[in-house]
Amino acid sequence: MKQIDTKELQNQLQAFVNDTVYVHLETTNGAYAAHHNEGFLSAGVFLRNGRIQVERATIKGDGPYRIGIKLPEGWLYAEGLTHFEKTPTQLLIAGLNAEGRLAVALQLSRQPFGDQNKGVDAND
Amino acid sequence: MTEKLLVVFPHPDDESFGCAGIIAKHIKEGGEVTYACGTLGEMGRNMGSPIFATRESLPLVREVELKEACEALGIQKLRKLGLHDKTIEFESIETLSDMLLKVIKEEQPTKILTHYPNYAVHPDHNALGAATIRAVQKLPKVGRPTVIAHAFSRNHEDHIGEADVVLNVTEFMDTKLAALKAHRSQTENMLKGVELQLSNNDPEALSFFATERFWVVDAEQFDLSE
Repeated sequence: MKQIDTKELQNQLQAFVNDTVYVHLETTNGAYAAHHNEGFLSAGVFLRNGRIQVERATIKGDGPYRIGIKLPEGWLYAEGLTHFEKTPTQLLIAGLNAEGRLAVALQLSRQPFGDQNKGVDAND
Repeated sequence: MTEKLLVVFPHPDDESFGCAGIIAKHIKEGGEVTYACGTLGEMGRNMGSPIFATRESLPLVREVELKEACEALGIQKLRKLGLHDKTIEFESIETLSDMLLKVIKEEQPTKILTHYPNYAVHPDHNALGAATIRAVQKLPKVGRPTVIAHAFSRNHEDHIGEADVVLNVTEFMDTKLAALKAHRSQTENMLKGVELQLSNNDPEALSFFATERFWVVDAEQFDLSE
């Protein structure tokens, strides 16, 4: 992944406007946050392969960045974004902290995101 | 009869943190080990430092790291259960335990190592530990494998007492370090500090590496049916 260049990423986002696409949206503190820091309210959200219609997609901020995606009847929003990577079918955007830990992910794809765990051999 | 250990943990690296010593010891004593690993750690937060993984490439990275850690420990067989990281607690325990029962019947272990339900911090640990014990409940009582569990939640000893098995694994410290190092995406940052602590004979780091604790559990003590 490389650090966000807002101009380049805005162009990549623009390519999804007026498309119906798959979205992966995630934010997390990590499962050990409350173990290491008692009383910490650990919160996280994970949606993989939701389908959204992109009406408008905008990146804002001076870094870390925010992206808002306008839907026909609502919004999708992510904050704390720092890095991105474009593949032929996917736009992967992430917020990575100084230690390289993922804090937030916003990913768009024209095809469903894969079932990453291909190594199923328990029921061979 | 060759002792056969079946290790059932959800994430690549669960076998190395706190359990590498018992696995390496079992193998050194001539035993066999099969590791049934639940997921590929798809939801891990560590993307490398400097960053070398994405949310999409991470499971592939961690799969390679898992194989390397198994080699470092001498684990003879790796089975991947195909579950998705951070979702195990939402699956049906009956479905999961039937899947694990099949694995147990095929592998015929004399001993099973898994997480102690409710005392292993991560919801995936607790859920897969419970499903493993549920699978054992489905076996005839005579001839069941021994189940030993790994627990490390806050104040766990207040609830489940002191460990039944306390192992000094100093002998396997290099093996344990090598296994942890294999999980580069998860451990690289942490190990920099730990290696420095070990070279300074820091008591906490030495204790983490030198002592492993496990509880022998009777599957019947758990009410796990859905």
